[in-house]
Amino acid sequence: MIITILYYLLTAYIAFLMVWNLLKNKKWQEEILYIIVLLPFLLRLFRLK
Amino acid sequence: MIGLYLRKCIFIILGLVLMIFAGASFYKSRHLKEPVVLSPGVTQVKKLSDYFPGIKGTINDSNIYVLEGSKPGGTILILGGTHPEEPASRITTWILTENAVVDQGRLFVINSANRSGTTVTRLGGAYPPDFTIPTPWGGQKFRMGDRWSNPLDQWPDPEVYIHYPSRQELAYVDIRNLNRTWPGRKNGTLTEKTCYAMIQLIREEKVDIVIDLHEAELQYPVISTIVAHEKGQELAALASMIISSMEGFNIGMEYSPPTLHGLSHREIGDHTQAISLLLEAPEPFLDATRGRTDRKLLLEGKDEFIHKAGKHGLLFEKMDDKGWPIDVRVGRHCSTILQILELWSEEQPNKAVLVREVPRYDKVIEKGAGNFLHNPAKADPKKIYYE
Repeated sequence: MIITILYYLLTAYIAFLMVWNLLKNKKWQEEILYIIVLLPFLLRLFRLK
Repeated sequence: MIGLYLRKCIFIILGLVLMIFAGASFYKSRHLKEPVVLSPGVTQVKKLSDYFPGIKGTINDSNIYVLEGSKPGGTILILGGTHPEEPASRITTWILTENAVVDQGRLFVINSANRSGTTVTRLGGAYPPDFTIPTPWGGQKFRMGDRWSNPLDQWPDPEVYIHYPSRQELAYVDIRNLNRTWPGRKNGTLTEKTCYAMIQLIREEKVDIVIDLHEAELQYPVISTIVAHEKGQELAALASMIISSMEGFNIGMEYSPPTLHGLSHREIGDHTQAISLLLEAPEPFLDATRGRTDRKLLLEGKDEFIHKAGKHGLLFEKMDDKGWPIDVRVGRHCSTILQILELWSEEQPNKAVLVREVPRYDKVIEKGAGNFLHNPAKADPKKIYYE
């Protein structure tokens, strides 16, 4: 259970980094890439998939 | 600068829309209710937690349908949904729980042995979220399911899965595979606890035979067969011979490898008094060389690429234009179960389990598996349970 919680925290941290990079980035291609990569992390955090 | 922020906002909104659509689909699939209209033969509905409280409140606290005869006899346990992506196993248990009547002995049926595995589909596999079996009253929708427990219920996986108690090293993902975690352990993962609970059931109820229902890809050598623990070899061999000569289809018999651990046909036989058997029917949907992975392939079992693989001698089971429809696969399981019970009852009259109202192979093909599913809208609400 502790390991599972740690994994959720890691997932949240990486999702946060991706949102941060998305906001800082200036290339539209990379912004789309960040959005696409972010989706499975959010789906896991919201316990949907 | 304003253009840059506007663009980011549009991308974020588009991303959120995508997530909402995908998330809604996953949520609906995970929470789809599958009704079971109880047969008049069902005398009790128990829960796995009745045998192991450690599983209470979890998604795998599955229903156990108990069908008891008026005369004492033996006890048989049928497991469906060990691997939920093998739907003939679950449909067969539905036919049993909605139709079977037991005259002697007891029949225990679990439709969703790994209920968690029914709530997810193969990650990256583009599986359909559900499928519908046509019935005279419309159709009944089932969750598609996966081979493994849902990562939402058991996560993360280890680098290497070390099986308990053998300490054999297995693939990491198989720590969520219900057919690699027998006999389970009470302080283990959800999947291990589920096996542990079923082992307690088998011991407490003095189960004589456990039959675990499966399907296999045509490129896998263990197909169209009964895999038997040493204790059940004679029974399985005899069933195989009689079925192959009388029922209209061929089924083989194989020995459970003594050094391959975690599987039901090995561990149940080793750790309990029960004979453990595992049935495999052909399911082209599982083959790696399949084409489009859709409901049609799941239910009709036809695929041009697998057909072509067959022409090149790459399959362990025949594949022709007829394919392997769900009715054929369910019919095979029904007849094999009935034949095993009949042989067991002949050999052990004091431990006989006499079951009726379950269709055989030819009947399931003639009428369709859906013909043996009952309309929940017209059933007594007290007779409806949900998986």
